[in-house]
Amino acid sequence: MPWMMPNILRNLFGTPATRKYPFESHQYWAGSRGRLQIDLAKCVFCGICEKICPSRAITKYGHKDDPNVTIHYNPFACIYCARCAEKCPSCAIYILEGHAVPADRKITYGREDVPFSEEEIP
Amino acid sequence: MSKITFPFGPQHPVLPEAIQLSLTCEDEKVVEVLPVIGYMHRGIEKAAERNPYVNNVFLCERICGICSFIHALSYCQLMEELMQVEVPPRARYLRVVWSELSRMHSHLLWLGLLADSFGFESLFMQCWRARETVLDALEMTTGQRVVQSSCVIGGVRRDINADQARQLREMLAGVKAQIDAVLPVFQKDYTIKARTVGKGVLPKDQAWKLGAVGPTLRASGWAWDCRSLGYAAYGELGFEPVVENDGDSYARTMVRARELVQSYELVLRALDALPEGPLAAKIKGVPPKGEAIMRTEQPRGELFEYARGNGTPRLERLKIRTPTFANIPALLAMLPGCEIADVPVIVLSIDPCIACLER
Repeated sequence: MPWMMPNILRNLFGTPATRKYPFESHQYWAGSRGRLQIDLAKCVFCGICEKICPSRAITKYGHKDDPNVTIHYNPFACIYCARCAEKCPSCAIYILEGHAVPADRKITYGREDVPFSEEEIP
Repeated sequence: MSKITFPFGPQHPVLPEAIQLSLTCEDEKVVEVLPVIGYMHRGIEKAAERNPYVNNVFLCERICGICSFIHALSYCQLMEELMQVEVPPRARYLRVVWSELSRMHSHLLWLGLLADSFGFESLFMQCWRARETVLDALEMTTGQRVVQSSCVIGGVRRDINADQARQLREMLAGVKAQIDAVLPVFQKDYTIKARTVGKGVLPKDQAWKLGAVGPTLRASGWAWDCRSLGYAAYGELGFEPVVENDGDSYARTMVRARELVQSYELVLRALDALPEGPLAAKIKGVPPKGEAIMRTEQPRGELFEYARGNGTPRLERLKIRTPTFANIPALLAMLPGCEIADVPVIVLSIDPCIACLER
């Protein structure tokens, strides 16, 4: 028992190891991979993200020159590996820092005249 | 005396995952054990044959959440072997850093679970508190706590800069202080010794004959560790396997406890010797026709992978033999003759990872 005493005393009189959630939130490290975002103003609809996505979470419908081309992003399939953000030639895809909040809808992005649509969980 | 057969699992407080052991007992003594596996099978090997070979890195690291980095590392090394790619030195050292951080968090998790298996709740929490800092270190350096996705074929995706290296050393110094506080309890405490010494003995010759791997084999007196092969940068860091001779649950605990300190030292040595240079080699083409094998050391033991390429972006075959699969025959040899109350501790002493076992 005596070899446990310093540790026991430290635990009795030290500060708690846990955070006072929800009053104190977790501090994220720079570069942590959270939610994925697509900036449509920069997107050139080249389709590289669709080709390299390991979990097939991104699908492009239509040719890049087609005015009705759309990009469909399924956050339920996304594994947040950030390969698309790494390889995007126009830096249109980026990953927000911090842990991803639970996804609740699939999103379809298109050019300006194609309506932005969200598909909620039925 | 009449025998009674009853199921241990698939849902049991000491089992984080689902496996069933069918125990046949005479009074309180176990006389026969039959494993029932298949609850966690996900068909990962077959799925890997349908993916482009580059994407399999992300699939392989999802075999198991605890040793995810080493699964990814093994697959990357396997593909590098098949495609004759040379990995830059900095990437090899960074792979050692993340492998050893994974081993540290796995061993801390296991030590906590062991304490929990005989009701030592406060020790369980102490171990997991130290593990939390290791997970923070992984998040800081790779971007994620559990599935790091930082290893790719040809090298690594993330770098550790000087500032992160300094912070990592500070965090590890804190972890070391916490480890130093809990390890003497595992080594000296009466309760722990009473529950582990002489329980689930695996003799030296039997351990070899049954094909045990990892700490289970090393606790029976065999200096057998795949890191001695010198993959990644282990050959340059002066690695020596940790060995114990008694072959019981206590010896397996001591192997993991000593490996924890060894991993801490290996991370520091790798950070000290971290060479400058590129992070990844350029990969061109597809895996050629041919075969390759790779052996790496996971926290639970030797991981063996085999791949056959056919000149297309998809592999013809990927075979993954995980350490828990190799340790199941050894577990079946340990259990007969023990008391029912010792079954949870002995099962836990091989550090079973069922997600790995069934893939």
